[in-house]
This record gives sequence, C-alpha cells and structure tokens, in this order.
Amino acid sequence: MAIFPTICFYVFSVLLLASAAMVVSARNPVHSVLFLIVAFFNAAALFLIAGAEFLALILVIVYVGAVAVLFLFVVMMLDVDFTQLRSGFQRYLPVGTAIGVLLLAELVFVMAGWQFHPSVPRLRFAPATTAVTNTVALGRLIYTDYILLFQAAGLVLLVAMIGAIVLTLRDRRRSRHQLIRMQTARDPKETLELVEVGLGVGVKVLGIYRPEATEPGSIDDDPLAAGQEAGVHHAPEAH
Amino acid sequence: MFFITAVFAPLFGAMVAGLFGRWIGDRPAQAVSIICMLLAAVCGPLAWVQLEWGGAPSGSLSLGAWIYAGTFQVDWALRYDALSATMVAMVSFVSMLIHVYSIGYMAHDKFRRYRFFAYLSLFTFSMLMLVTANNLLQLFFGWEGVGVCSYLLIGYWYDRPSACAAAIKAMIVNRIGDLAFALGIALMFLTFGSIQLDAVFQALPQHQNEIYALFGIRVYELIALLLFIGAMGKSSQIILHVWLPDAMEGPTPVSALIHAATMVTAGVFLMARMGPLLNDAPDTLAFIEVIGATTAMFAATIGITQFDIKRIIAYSTVSELGFMMIGIGVGAYQTAIFLLICHAFFKALLFLCAGAVITQQHEEQDIRKMGGLWRKMPITYVTFWIAALSLGGMWPFAGFQAHDAVTRVAYAAGTSSGFYGYIAGVVATYLTCVYIFRELYLVFHGMPRMTAEKFAHSHEAPSVMTGPLAVLAIGATVAGFLLAPSFVGAGWQAYWGDTIQIAAWNHAFAGMEDVPALAAWLPLIATVVGLATVYVCYVVAPLTPAWLATTFRPIYLFFLNKWYFDELYDFLFVRPAFWIADLLWKTGDATLIDGVPNGLAELAVDGSKGAVRIQTGSIAVYAFTMLIGLVVLVGVFLIWR
Amino acid sequence: MAGLQQVGLGHYLVVSAILLVLGVFGIFLNRKNVIIILMSIELILLSVNLNLVAFSASLGDMVGQVFAMFVLTVAAAEASIGLAILVVYFRNRGSIQVEDVNLMKG
Repeated sequence: MAIFPTICFYVFSVLLLASAAMVVSARNPVHSVLFLIVAFFNAAALFLIAGAEFLALILVIVYVGAVAVLFLFVVMMLDVDFTQLRSGFQRYLPVGTAIGVLLLAELVFVMAGWQFHPSVPRLRFAPATTAVTNTVALGRLIYTDYILLFQAAGLVLLVAMIGAIVLTLRDRRRSRHQLIRMQTARDPKETLELVEVGLGVGVKVLGIYRPEATEPGSIDDDPLAAGQEAGVHHAPEAH
Repeated sequence: MFFITAVFAPLFGAMVAGLFGRWIGDRPAQAVSIICMLLAAVCGPLAWVQLEWGGAPSGSLSLGAWIYAGTFQVDWALRYDALSATMVAMVSFVSMLIHVYSIGYMAHDKFRRYRFFAYLSLFTFSMLMLVTANNLLQLFFGWEGVGVCSYLLIGYWYDRPSACAAAIKAMIVNRIGDLAFALGIALMFLTFGSIQLDAVFQALPQHQNEIYALFGIRVYELIALLLFIGAMGKSSQIILHVWLPDAMEGPTPVSALIHAATMVTAGVFLMARMGPLLNDAPDTLAFIEVIGATTAMFAATIGITQFDIKRIIAYSTVSELGFMMIGIGVGAYQTAIFLLICHAFFKALLFLCAGAVITQQHEEQDIRKMGGLWRKMPITYVTFWIAALSLGGMWPFAGFQAHDAVTRVAYAAGTSSGFYGYIAGVVATYLTCVYIFRELYLVFHGMPRMTAEKFAHSHEAPSVMTGPLAVLAIGATVAGFLLAPSFVGAGWQAYWGDTIQIAAWNHAFAGMEDVPALAAWLPLIATVVGLATVYVCYVVAPLTPAWLATTFRPIYLFFLNKWYFDELYDFLFVRPAFWIADLLWKTGDATLIDGVPNGLAELAVDGSKGAVRIQTGSIAVYAFTMLIGLVVLVGVFLIWR
Repeated sequence: MAGLQQVGLGHYLVVSAILLVLGVFGIFLNRKNVIIILMSIELILLSVNLNLVAFSASLGDMVGQVFAMFVLTVAAAEASIGLAILVVYFRNRGSIQVEDVNLMKG
C-alpha cells in the first residue's frame, strides 16, 4: 500500500505533538517525563519512516533509556510536592501564544518558499546508497571521514560524566561514617585517664567563679585554677 | 602750566598714598597727599588769577588722543576758560582745607589713614577732570569718578552695614541719573556729530528746529532734559535726592567736601556749562525751575524737624542745590555759579564745625544731647555763627549776596515758573534760617543736655581743625563782596567771556536791578523773621516747638519722615527689585538653570533604575525575551530575503 | 527514504516546526519547575534532529544523520550536566520553582 507510510506518519506525528504538548502542560512532573518518553518513541517511529533506522533505535536506547530515565531519577529524588505547584500558565499565555504562532508562521513561510538549488545533488557530502543498510552506511562515515568528530563526541561525554560527578559530589567531611583503621589504631594511653575521686569532692571543681571580697584577683587569673588538685590523678595503668 | 599742575597734582598724591601707603606708612602718605593738595591749591587760584586778571588766553590744553572710532572722536583735553578756572580754584582750595582738617579729624580713626587721603585726593582729581573737560565724555569720566569716590568714601567705614547700604544707595540713585546723562550724550552725538563742547556750541544754530521723532519734541529740549535728569541725580534734586541724607554715614570731611562743596555741585556746573544749549530749550528751563524750587522748599521743611547734627546740614545742602537750580532755571547761570562758590564756603564750614563738635562729643551726633557748648568751643561757635548767617542770607555775608541774586533774577524773569521759583526762594530762606539757627541754639546754647562728665571734658578742637574753619569763615564773609561785581555785577561779561551766555529772549538777568523794592527786600525780611522765630520758640517760650509738633502732628510726622520718600521708593522699586531677584535666583537659577544638569543627572539615575528592572532574575522572562528576539531576527531575515 | 518520498519533506518540516514551537513554549510558559525547562530543551533538540533526518533522507545525504547523531550525543551530555546542576541547586535552595530562581535579580 502506497498510502501506508502516510497513515503511519500522520498517526505518529499526531501522537508526537500531543505528547509534546502534554510534557509542557502536565501537572505532575512524573507525568511530564513519561509523556516525554512517549514523544521520543513516536519520534523514533518517524525516523524509521524516513529510513534512518540506526538513529531511530539510538534515539530509543539513548534518549529514552538514559536521558529520560535520568530525568525520572531526578524528579523522584527531588521529591517535588506537585500539589503545591502553582500553575502560572495564564500570565503570559496570550502574548506567548501570539509570539509562538508568529514564530510558527515565520518558519512555515521559510519552508514554504524553500527551493533546492539544482546543483544540490552534486554537492552532497556523502551520497546515500541502497546497497548497504543504514547502519553500515553510517558506520562507514563516522569511522573514516568524521572520526575526529566522533572522538570529540566521546570526549564531550567524558567531560559531561566527570562534570556531573564533580557537581553533585558531596564533601566527605559533611557525612559521618566509620573509619575502621582509625578505630583499631587507638591507644588507651591517649584516650583513658584514671582518676581517684575523693568523697564529696568530685573530679574537678568546676564551681562558679566567686571573686574574693577583699582581694580581687587579676584579670588573667584562670577562674578554674582554684580546684585543679581536688582529685588525685593516677596515670592509667598499662594493661 | 599752573592749570595742568592743579589738575594732576591730586592724582599724583592719590596714587602715592593709595598704592604705596601700606609700605611708606600713614604719616608719609598723609604728608605726600597734603603737599600735592597744597601745590594744587596754589596753582589753581594762580591759574584763575592769570586767566581773569593776568590776561592769559583761554583755550583748550590738549593732553592726548583718546577714542577715534569712525566719526566719534574724543581727546583728552583741559578747557581753560573762566568757568573752569573758577571751579578749579574753588575745588582745589576747599579740598586742600579739608585735607588739612582731616589730619585732625581722622587722627584716632581705627582704619589706616592713607586710604582716606588717597580717596580724597582721587576724588579731587575726578572733580577737577569734570570741571575742566573739553568734551562731554571726559566730563562723564569725571562724573563717574566722583561717583565712585563718593561710594568709596561714604562706605569708608565698611564694617558698618548702614554705611555700606548708604554707599550702595548713593551709587544706585546716581546711576539712574547717569543713565539719562549717557542717553543725553548719545543724542547729542547723534544730533551734532560730535561731543566736543566747542563744536557743539558752534553748531547750535543749525539744528534748532529738529524734532525727535519718538516723542515729538525738539531735540534740544530732549538733550537738555536728559542732561538735567543726570544733574538731578548728582545734585540731589527732589526725586533723586534720597541718597544725600544717608550719605552722612561717611566721615564728616567727606560730607564737607563731597556733599557740600564739590560733587553735588557737579550737576549745577553741568547745567551752567551747557548754558548755550539750555538757552535754546526754554521748556526744559521751566522744568528745571520748577524742580529746583520744589526741592528748595521741600528739603527745608524736612530740615526743621531733624535731630542729627549732620542730617540738618545735609537737607540744607539739598535745599541750596534747589536754590542753584532756581538760578539755572531762569537762564541766569552766573547767579547759580555765584551761589555755588559761596555755598562751597559756608556749607563746608558748617560741616567742618559739625565735625569738630562730633569729635569733641565722642561721636555723639544727636543735637538733643548737646547744648551749652559755646563757652567750651569758642572758635567753632563763632565760625558756626558766621556760616549760619551766611546760609540764612543775612547781609552782608556771602550767602546774602548769592541768595539775593538768585531771588532777584527769579522774580525778574517774569514767567510763572520764575515767580514760583521766587516764592519758593523766600519760603526756603525763611525755613533755612529756622533750622540752622535752631541747630545753632540747640548745639551751643541752653543748658547742657549731656552728662556732666562729658560736659566737663569738652574742649575746643585742635588747631589743625580750627585753622580751616577760620579760613572758610573768612571766605564765607567776604566772598560775596569780592566776587559779586565780577560774577553777577557790572563786570560779568568781561569776567565770564563766552562761557556764560544769556539768551537773547531772556531778560531775567538784565532786569535784576529793576526788581521792585519789596520783592528785593522780602528774602532779607524772611531771614530776620526766621531768626526771630527761633528766638521766640527756643529762648522766650521753649515749649512752643513741642506744642507745634503735637498740634500739627500729621504735618510734623510727614516732615520728620522725609515726606515718606524712602518708604515710597522701597515700596515701588526696592521690594519689586528684590522680588524679581528672588524669583530669578530661586526659580530661574536654582530650579531652572541648575535644574538642567541636575535633572539630566537624575534622568540618568532614574533611567538606570528603570533599566535595572529588566534584570528580573526570572528565567522565564529571559527566555521569553530571547524568543522575541529570535522571532524578530527571523522576521527580518524573511523580509530581506 | 522511500517513506519520505511518499510523505513529502514538507510534512516532516511542519512537524518539526510545531515541535520546536512547543519546546519554546515550554521554556517560558511554565511556572512549575526547572525540570520542565530541561525537558523542553530536549524537545527542541528532538525537533532539530527530526529536521536533520528529514533533509538527509530527502537529499540522500548521509551527513545529516551523522550530524543528528552528534546532536544526540551532545544533548545527552547536556541533559546530564543540567540535571546535575539542578540537583546541586535544589540542595542549596530547597526548591526548584522557576519563580524562586531569581537571585540574579538586579
């Protein structure tokens, strides 16, 4: 059926546009992400119709499988209370709609009057062949002519990965966790002190500093120096 | 030769004393200025004698070129003729006497004295330049110079706010006159094409019937009117008189020199100098007559109520200046100059006597706190009597001769304004006698009204001060006799030459001798009646003045408060001026003009504050903005594709 | 490729354009949380990919698909980094509401 691709196209494009609209306007952000996934799927289908099967599936794997899932992680992690979300849609809606329609009109204008130059077929960078599959054809390009760009793309991903980690890494000092080796290396001599406590005296006389009525001491006197010798100190016995 | 020395010696004295006084010291500075003034006082009268009786030729002594701007050409030149020589002689002589007097008067002053003498000499030089000017611009130079020196000297004690205010008042009121004077000079240049006096007088017959288009009156009338308004300011006629009484804030020698003998007479001198022009402006002459007459009466009415020893004499000066203008107004310029010269003597004498009293009374100036000083200060007392009799117009003193001449010509003019001037002269003579003899009585006679201790310590002024008094007293006595024949008597034309010209239609001067006897005697009768009035009011029935004041209280208050001129001017001019200045300062300058840079700065700050609001921190807004930018870019691309 | 000849390039492009606009909408119209922004970015990248693949199929040029693969790679990297930043941000601020992300407010 010659009309089959056209029907498919319409179905998928309508779904795509509808789910894109829902991404923007859904109340629950989780719903937004899910609609985004649906949009991606439909876009992949459109890619398939156009004959770019490698890209279609890459779209599914990378975008849906990685990026959208990442979105979902973040949405869930941030624990946004969607009941409290304000819907500030209406404020800019009229103006925004007008501007959007204007933009759309302009784009359509551009495309409507678009005419290809007759020498375009001659100027193709990499003419497509039907001899090999799309994947093979793509592979033949990116590993030969565009190898540098490919490696650069890899580097971009590396940088993104490092960047994400660096950004979100929390400082060690703020979190408490055990350091076993420190624990096992403790020496009783440094941590324990045995003190003989006299009756009714206590370990240290900590009392409130009461200045003598007759002889005020100097300002540099240690207020707690009075009762240092209250208890008798013993060195901890070595066990 | 003598003439030039007489004019420039005071300038030399002023330069040395003023510029180097701080280094050479007070006494040397005084000495230099006194010597220069003595030199001038010798050369001035010598030059005068040479001209009048020595047969020296009159003419102009050129000193150098000044302004050559197209058709407008003026030179520095001294005019050596009868009028100038007379004035130079009087000015230099009186100024020298006052310089000598000032040695004693300023002996205990708190400021360095070289400044005073420098100003006095500078003033003398300016006045001499004024009277010897050969063209109106040089006269205006002297005019302004005496105005500046008057300001400097009135405000000599500059730590006194009242003195500073009085100096500014004098300057500003004179300025009003000066504006009219400058306009007159400009109109004169426009009409005659020159402001050299010789050229103007020669061209007088040519433009007689020209009309000034804007006002529809004759050009000569307008020029004369403008020059007279300038003279009104300088000679303190009725509307522009308000500065003269307040000018008494200055030291007494200043009052004697500037406000009695020289500066205030510059206006009268200007009118006399421009006599040939005034002869062609009869309406202006009538106006001058009316103004002068009113001034004479009005100032005398104020004088009878005042209590400050100098202020009475100041109003007397205003009144006498009005008298002189009466003489000018009927076209008999020589009578005005005669009165001017005599007035210089007795008015300066009056002021110097007052100054002697003031210094001996330790700066007390209220005559209600004086009295009984005649035994303590005999020389001052006698000279004051002579001056008072001269001022009051008692025969045979100089004042009598001069006042007599003026009232006679006023009567003989035959015009209504002339008659008004005559009546005003008589009334003013009466009132003058009243106030001056009142002053004499209150200061020198009666029971002393000061503390006993002060009275015990009062004594005569030092001889450096009484010497000039004596000299001036001699002048006040005999000047009339000596000068009358030459000035206003039979030999007047031989004396004046062509500096004073009587108009052909004017028979005032010619009819001077033919005045009916009653009209001629009336002023003298008024003098005697005035003396009698004072005697009655103060010796016989001492309660009379108080009774008069309470009975005619509104009139008394009106006279006491100077006819409320100061209050009127304050309301009409001073307060609006201050209001406008306030408006321009607070609104115009502070709000508008300062507001521009301040407003711009605030605009920058507010702009940036507004721009800052773009940084909402809201990602959505930023993204939205980016989207709009994208749409715009795509749109532009589409349009330009 | 055959499918595309039958459907027509234009249809693919329209779909791609609408998807782009939807993604852009999602960035600035949502007030809920920052994760929606990240997902909208994924949608935009998806639309770009769709565009590239459509042209590649239409023109018969394999480079389009190579490019799309690299876009995929980078999108994955960017998503992970963005989420890592989001997690750290949430740790510090306790909230991922878009309106609370305003510390850069001038």
